Parts: sequence; C-alpha cells; structure tokens
Amino acid sequence: MFLSPRLPAQDEAATIRPKEGDLLVRAGDAQHRPLRAADIPLNGQQIPAWAMDPATTSVRSGTRLNGVILLRLDESTLAPETRARAAEGVVAYTGICTHNGCDVDDWIADRQILACSCHASEFDPKDAGKVLDGPAPRALPALPLKIVDGMLAVAKPFTTRVGFEPG
Amino acid sequence: MLKRMIAAAILVGVVSAPLPVVWAGSQAPPQPSTAPSPPAPMPAILKAYTAVTTDRLKQPEADDWLMVRRTYDGWNYSPLDQITPQNANRLQPLWVSSTGATNGHEAPALVNRGVMFVSTPGNQVIAIDARRGTPLWRYRRPLPEDVVLLHPTSRGVALYGDKVFFAAGDAVLVALDARTGKEVWTATVEDNRNGYYMTLAPLVADRKVIVGASGGEVGVRGFVAAYDLETGRQLWRTYSVPAPGEPGSETWPVGDQWKTGGGSVWITGTYDRQTNLTFWGTGNGGPWMGDQRPGDNLYTSSTVAIDAATGKIKGHFQYNPNDSWDWDEVSPPIVVDFTRGGRQIKGLINVARDGYLWFLERTDSRINFVDGKPYVKQNVFKSLDPKTGRPDVDPERRPGTGKNAEFCPSHWGGKNWPPVAFSPKTRLLYIPANENLCGAIIGRPVTYTAGRVYTGATSRLLAAPGADHIGEVQAWNVDTGVRVWTHTFQNSANWGPMLATGGGVVFSGGTNDRMFRAFDATTGAVLWEFPTNSGVIGQPTSFTIDGRQYVAVQSGWGIDARAMQSRLNGLFPGEYPEVPEGGAVWVFGLK
Repeated sequence: MFLSPRLPAQDEAATIRPKEGDLLVRAGDAQHRPLRAADIPLNGQQIPAWAMDPATTSVRSGTRLNGVILLRLDESTLAPETRARAAEGVVAYTGICTHNGCDVDDWIADRQILACSCHASEFDPKDAGKVLDGPAPRALPALPLKIVDGMLAVAKPFTTRVGFEPG
Repeated sequence: MLKRMIAAAILVGVVSAPLPVVWAGSQAPPQPSTAPSPPAPMPAILKAYTAVTTDRLKQPEADDWLMVRRTYDGWNYSPLDQITPQNANRLQPLWVSSTGATNGHEAPALVNRGVMFVSTPGNQVIAIDARRGTPLWRYRRPLPEDVVLLHPTSRGVALYGDKVFFAAGDAVLVALDARTGKEVWTATVEDNRNGYYMTLAPLVADRKVIVGASGGEVGVRGFVAAYDLETGRQLWRTYSVPAPGEPGSETWPVGDQWKTGGGSVWITGTYDRQTNLTFWGTGNGGPWMGDQRPGDNLYTSSTVAIDAATGKIKGHFQYNPNDSWDWDEVSPPIVVDFTRGGRQIKGLINVARDGYLWFLERTDSRINFVDGKPYVKQNVFKSLDPKTGRPDVDPERRPGTGKNAEFCPSHWGGKNWPPVAFSPKTRLLYIPANENLCGAIIGRPVTYTAGRVYTGATSRLLAAPGADHIGEVQAWNVDTGVRVWTHTFQNSANWGPMLATGGGVVFSGGTNDRMFRAFDATTGAVLWEFPTNSGVIGQPTSFTIDGRQYVAVQSGWGIDARAMQSRLNGLFPGEYPEVPEGGAVWVFGLK
C-alpha cells in the first residue's frame, strides 16, 4: 500500500550535526566521493550535500536538518564574514529554510540568490545567508569550510541553530 | 522565543502559565478531596461532558459549534441572532487566553455545551471553559526535530462521543479523551519522512473519522482515508492519483509519476447526508509544471465525491486539468441547493483558487457543471465549455519548464484556503478574496528525492496594472449568481475565514492590521472592529452560554499570510511590514 521510496535507517553518526574535519559528499552519491572545490560549478545552482565522518565514512544523512547546500562563487564578490567561511570560493549553508522548514531548492541565477519555492524566501549566499525577501525570520545558518588535502572539509559547526519553529 | 514573550506580554486577559495535564477551573467550587495526594480533580464541566452523537452532528443545536464548519454542508453559519447590525457596535472582548504557540492559528474554537476545544501550531489541543477562558487540559504531542511540516498549523479538531480527534502535523491521527486530554489511541496515517504531514481537521461522518494529508510540494500521492472511531483501525483509503489500470490512470503518463503525483488533501471535506457522499478538494499535481506530467492528471485540482461507506469515488469535477499554476483546489464545495433559470438544483458551490466561482450539481453518481464565472481578475481561461465546464486555457498564460508565464490570479489564488460562509437568510455567499494579484512562474527540471521539495518552479508575485487594493470581502447571491456587495481593504490582503450568523452579522479578520470585524450581512458595512494581539487567520465560531451569544476566534498570524505579506512588502517597499505574531483565543460578546 505504501509505495513511496524509503529513506535509509538512522544511526547516531548519521544524525549528529556536521563536525570540524568532516568531508562533504554529494547527496545521492552512493560511492561517497569527497568533494573538491572544482567539483562545484562556478556560479552554478546549489549542490545538495551531506557531511561525512572521514574516519568511519559514515554519512550524516540521518536527518534532513543535516542537509547542506554548496555553492562556488567568485571570492572577490563575497562579504568579509562570508569570505572567511569560504574555501576556494565554496560556501555552505543549511538546506532548510528558517521560515517553515522548506528545502532551499531554488537558485535565481541572474541575481545569484538562493530561494525556497514553497514560500519564496530569498537569501544572499554572498553575505552570510541574510534574508533579502520573503517570510524567513532569520538568515540561513552557514557551515564554515576549509580545505584539507585538497578536499572540502567542515571548519566549524553551523553558525546558528538549523531548522525552524513548528509552533 | 523573544517574539513569543513579547506576544504574551501584550495580552490583556488571562495569560496561561505552564499547565499540568488537568487544570482545575478557577470558577469551580472547592472540591472535597478523599485521596491523600490526588491528581487535580476533574472540573465539574468536564465531569458533566455531553457526548456528541450522530444526531447532534446532523442537527446541531444553535447553542453549540460541534464541527469545524458547524454543519456538514460547510456553511459556517450560526442561526444565533442576538448580535445584530443594530447592536454590533456594543461588542467587546470578554476574555483572551494565550496559546503559547507561534505560527498560523487557523483552527475554529469548537464548543460543546460550554466546553471549548482549540488546536494550535505545535501539535497542541487545548480544552477551555468557554465562560471565562479557564484552561481545562492541554495536550501537546512532541514533533520530531526534523519534521517535514511545511505549513505548521492545525485547522481544527473533530468531536464524537467522548473523544476529540486531532490530525497531528507528523501525520498521526490522535483520539483524545474529551474529559482528560489523554490519548485513547493513535494511528500513523503516513510516513512523515516521505513528506506527508497533516494540517486539516478530521471529518467524523458515517461513524468514521476521515482525514487526508498535505505534502503536495514534496511529491506525495494524495489520499483520503477513514478510520474506526473506537480503535483507529484504517477502514478504507482512496488515492487522489489513481494507480495504473484504475479509472483516471489514463490521464497520467506511462511510468511511475502517479506515485509522486500530488493531489494532496489538506482541508476538511463537506458531506451530504442524503447520499452519504463526502466532497474533498485536491491540490495541484506534482511537480508543479504540467509539461512534466502530460495529461489531465486526475484527480488533482478537483472536487472528488467519495462514498463515506466504502471509499469509492462517486464523481469528480476537475477545475484545472494539467495544472501549472500551483492552484490547489483544496477548499471543498459547500453543499447548497440553489435556483438557476427557474430550476431548483441540488448543488455544490466552490470558490476556487483559479479565480472562478463554480456552481455544480450533485447527484448520487456524478458531479455536473452548471455555471462558472470569475470573481477576481482572471486571464488564463479564455472560456468554459458550456456543457462540461472545461476551461479553454490561453497557452501564453501557462507556465512550463524553462517557460516563464505571467497570469492572474497569482499562485496563491483569488481565494486560498480560508473558508467561505453562506447565510440561508440572505442567500448570500461570503468570500474572503484577494483581487489585483498576479503571478509569474518558470519551471525547471527536478528529480524526486524522498522527503525533499519537489516543485521544480520559481514563482513571483506581481500586482495587476492599476491595482488600488488587494483584500476583499465579496457577497454573491447564489440564486442569481450576481455579486451584491464588495468591501475592499486598501492596504492589506485578506486571509480571513468567514462566519455568517442569523442576526445578519458576518464576522471575519484576515487583514494585516490585527483587526477582527463585524459586517452587515446585507450591505457589507463595517459595524465594528477590534485590534487583537496578532493577525486573525482563524475560523470564527458562535455559541451560547446561559442563553447569551458569543463569538470566538483565534488570532495568530503566520504561514502563507506571512509569506504573502513579505512579498507585498517587496512589491510596495515599507507598506507591508511584519505583523506581530503569537497566538491567542478571543471571545467577544455584547456589553
């Protein structure tokens, strides 16, 4: 009767938030290949990704709140706070809107703006994920990045709490 | 949290502290205690709780409001007539009580012989002594931290016997003991991790409790399902998107798209006692661009008649074949007989998101088209087929994948979810409308991932040229099909459910200025208004205590009203600032 696909079972490593040193893998990549900056298209649409524990190769995909989106932007266009969190121009944010928890699924290419298709909140990925328009009450939490052995890695935990207030 | 504290601080009446499960009413006399350390005694009003029966639901007394629209026909009409156009200016708040929740408070306050039940965002149901707002019990079902709940609200509860039925946001149906607020049973309706969530009030009909699920943005397959009142066992489930081989499946592409085809059901259906048919509205197809799912895509953006006994589909009417405008047609039609050309028609009337007012005929085996006409600016339909009602769509106004199209009304519709009201005295249908708003959508390819948004669309809000207002309350005569009056709001959209009363007064909120208003049902004149704590997007209800008429409503702005307000502030910078948020229940009466 229930025909929709199932998500994988949860375990603890999969549900804790991204930690310093975690690598990043593209969502849906069954081979869990760590991403490099060059894998992210310059000025292209955001890439959904998960953090991965490099020691155990456990992917932290057990909760949607761990969903990360990656963008590669021209570093010279980034505001100082965001440039400090970027690695070779790659910036990372939560994939979950701070309004009602919709996925930040949209990329308005001509304005280089992140957006949600369900309630049309808009965020500036070049300036700390701040709200440009729409109902979101606060900026998108950012995930500071660094480069480790040529690979994208988490530098610090999310800058603020991810998720939304359901009531 | 800061917002919540501020909202609580500005309330002038009863502000709730954290509560034990059972709260002794402050009006109850001291109870003699026989146990050494007893739980709080059950308040007398709950001890004397009156069971809700099939007969009481079918023919409710004027004193009560026992289901979300008060009656099965969906009229939102109370026969109470003490509050009139002559005395409405003497209305005043009698009590107010904070809910402790934020987000959109859309549920009506049901009242059964003085016991009030409201649901709020945050998976909360509160029982209240309607006389002075004294909390009786509070139920909170914790939500998973990572819940998929893209519209965090509840649109009400249902009553039957000594139970309260609540459709929890995490897609679990809950039966509570009306006297204690404790769970009697729970039933998992669907898997929230796959994007199914619930926001509607259950419908109790034919001795079953019936629900549907939201999640049209997440690639769900919509359905309506019935459960046993006593055990929570599922009795039937009917999908709004047919499986291959089922009637209607020929309107879907070959392949698996039917599994993620949308058609979500997030508003309580109406019910015709004579035919035992329930009428449900369905959401748009998924993903949003019709060119990604060629065909009419039955039964999305439709009214579907479902036999309450068996779950069998006994007729449908599709408003927007192959929808590409995000026009969920989830509001069920009201069940009302009307005249057309001298003929009495057993009818259904639906005020659709697509900007048309649809008059239909109901039978025990099919739904027939009678008449359809725009009630707001609509530039998508060039005409309707006079026999079938099928719209002839202007291809320039149909968005597609990589194809931007502008169209009116916007994707939020001429009317979104807020329910209409109908008065049998005035024969007028009262519509909370949004005029002068248009939209633009462009689609993009999208891949399905369980639990992730699956719209594949970017939308914008536009103002129609020459727009001088947005929000309206419209009144239409159902027998002549003519608009009788329109009240316009200069600087606000309207997200207010309607209440009609036998005294000739219509109540609604819906605007960004926090007002709750009384209108003259015949002329549309504003008789009275009062600024509440937040924007009023709840369904007003009316009831009596000791023979006096009261009106109750929840105030608590959020969700799509908030979303539209922020988009309007982008269109008209500075003119549509944030509305204060935080929920409260208000009760008004005559001085």
